[in-house]
Amino acid sequence: MDGELTLQDKKDLDKFIKFFALKTVQVIVQARLGEKICTRSSSSPTGSDWFNLAIKDIPEVTHEAKKALAGQLPGIGRSMCVEISLKTSEGDSMELETWCLEMNEKCDKEIKVSYTVYNRLSLLLKSLLAITRVTPAYKLSRKQGHDYVILYRIYFGEVQLNGLGEGFQTVRVGMVGTPVGTITLSCAYRTNLAFMSGRQLERTPPIMGIIIDHFVDRPYSGSSPLHPCNYRATGEDDAGTFPSVEDSQEVCTTSFSTSPPSQMIVPSKEGGIPVLPLHPAPGTQADHDRMPLCNLTDMNQHVAATPSSSGETELLSKSSEGKSGTPQDTLETTFTRKVGAFVNKPTNQVIAANMDLPFAVFASKIVESEDTDVMVNPPDSPTLESPLHASLHSDQSSGSSGLTQDEFVMVELKPAFSKDDFLPMDLGTFYREFQNPPQLSSLSIDISAQSMAEDLDSLPEKLAIYEKNMEEFDAFVDTLQ
Amino acid sequence: MNCRSQTLELTVEARQIEETVLAVLHTVLLHRSSGKFHYKKEGTYSIGTVGTEDVDCDFVDCTYVRVSSDELDRTLRRSVGEFKDALRNSGSDGSGQISLEFYQKKKSRWPFSDECIPWEVWAFKLNVVNLANEQERQICREKVGEKLGEKIINIIEVMNRHEYLPKMPTQSEVDNVFDTGLRDVQPYLYKISYQITDSLGTSVSTTMRRLIKDTLAL
Repeated sequence: MDGELTLQDKKDLDKFIKFFALKTVQVIVQARLGEKICTRSSSSPTGSDWFNLAIKDIPEVTHEAKKALAGQLPGIGRSMCVEISLKTSEGDSMELETWCLEMNEKCDKEIKVSYTVYNRLSLLLKSLLAITRVTPAYKLSRKQGHDYVILYRIYFGEVQLNGLGEGFQTVRVGMVGTPVGTITLSCAYRTNLAFMSGRQLERTPPIMGIIIDHFVDRPYSGSSPLHPCNYRATGEDDAGTFPSVEDSQEVCTTSFSTSPPSQMIVPSKEGGIPVLPLHPAPGTQADHDRMPLCNLTDMNQHVAATPSSSGETELLSKSSEGKSGTPQDTLETTFTRKVGAFVNKPTNQVIAANMDLPFAVFASKIVESEDTDVMVNPPDSPTLESPLHASLHSDQSSGSSGLTQDEFVMVELKPAFSKDDFLPMDLGTFYREFQNPPQLSSLSIDISAQSMAEDLDSLPEKLAIYEKNMEEFDAFVDTLQ
Repeated sequence: MNCRSQTLELTVEARQIEETVLAVLHTVLLHRSSGKFHYKKEGTYSIGTVGTEDVDCDFVDCTYVRVSSDELDRTLRRSVGEFKDALRNSGSDGSGQISLEFYQKKKSRWPFSDECIPWEVWAFKLNVVNLANEQERQICREKVGEKLGEKIINIIEVMNRHEYLPKMPTQSEVDNVFDTGLRDVQPYLYKISYQITDSLGTSVSTTMRRLIKDTLAL
């Protein structure tokens, strides 16, 4: 195959590029929906799976991509870009990354279109799948919810990277040479997330329902509207409004719906729920500060004194306790109480060690609160019974938290698997209590010194007696043998 | 034939071994697996569809993508499990290397057995450390997550250089190039091997043994 491209090859190539562009957009947007993607392999080929990869088509996304392309194809000087940005519940937004599908003039005339180019485009899509999980925006998108949402925008033409801030990084996903030019796919992503840090710990009022203003006009020429990556699929309604594809390619009409905003309450979503999963999703620990705070306010509505399950009660009692504190305190209290099943005391060191990472972030906080705790720094010489009973019994209000009695109800809680011994204390208390036992009297210096002196004095007398009774001792030894 | 090889290196905690190795192996195999081939009468073939699945790591701040094939996942997990056990048994603070080798089978005339000719080798070297407290572990979790992300990007870089790949085989030759034993996907023929280095670096003997074996086999 030298020189000119045959008509069939040109047609095929155009088709490949077009569908590659559409699939690229699908992969990128789906990777920012905030959930794990899973598609099934199929050993029997179906006509609709382009590039032999099972990539679902979200109709709205296809529609937006086609609108942006407006019948053109990505070519030299005409790049297709997908911009991913973050928008907070207060309306602030920030661009996170821009994915660019470009073409340069470097042609590979010898390459086989229907075979090599197709397979290499397939490989490039696989690389895109892998890389979209690795850039920083992925972790952010997995945690979107009340505080912020992830939006996407598709545009065609010149690449705009101004909104990414200083020091943005670029990663190249890959290149595929074709007879008309080399297709390159790359991602420029923001590294400076300074905007986020100032807002992390502010208490945001709860957002009722999803953010309604999905479409924001951006001040770019030929701007296209921003779309949320976690849109709630209205299913049949939407499918009807989008024109069907006019190619011979069969359209995948599966609509991909993400969980609705009530996901915050659902235990399986990791956005800051009292019930901690056994295996936290990546980034949960590092970004604990960003957990949506509206959970607390929601929970505060339901303050009840009934000790149903230990975890729940903990949450409720502590959240009302937090009202008197600053937002900062509320946040800290939240995390502290998540760990232990006890009202009054810092988290058990024992439990923290056993439960591994979920509590690692809280380790430093635990240390802080321990200083104020009566248990660890007893005012006098440690008395075994009273401090423990004081903390565990609900009728005493002398808890270390120092709050008024009527703000919360102290509940005597027993951890799972604890035995009710003669002292009603748990393992952690026991451990802490007996960590500093009083010194043995025989080991204290002055007493031992005294006894030594006495012993030395009485030694000669004793020796004399023993010598006198030597025969008795010998006889005794003989009986033993 | 020249075989290209890539080496990746990472320092991890003992409990991160399994996930980091699986992430790397699955990322490589994602790029080196095709759908199942269905040969038609005229000598053409069609290819099945490969699905993908996101996997969140528990001990590392990372998510990787793997081919949707439970069979393949099980096979990899078995090998990785053996490697992990061997690493742990070698004592604390050891290191080891697990290799994923893609090869082609070349039929030889009797009395010689079939040759396995590698065309791509991925070596993943792991240094294992022990950490003292939870804070260090948390930092390690994030750091290893970042590094693993970098390794994934490295793998992708190499994959997209589009260097030598075996020619697409005819129906009779397909088993010399691909592993056709799986139900849902078809990776290139591969094998996984590993070697453990204890702190004295006593793997020299194993390496020498392998070199001699390979030379004699040719």
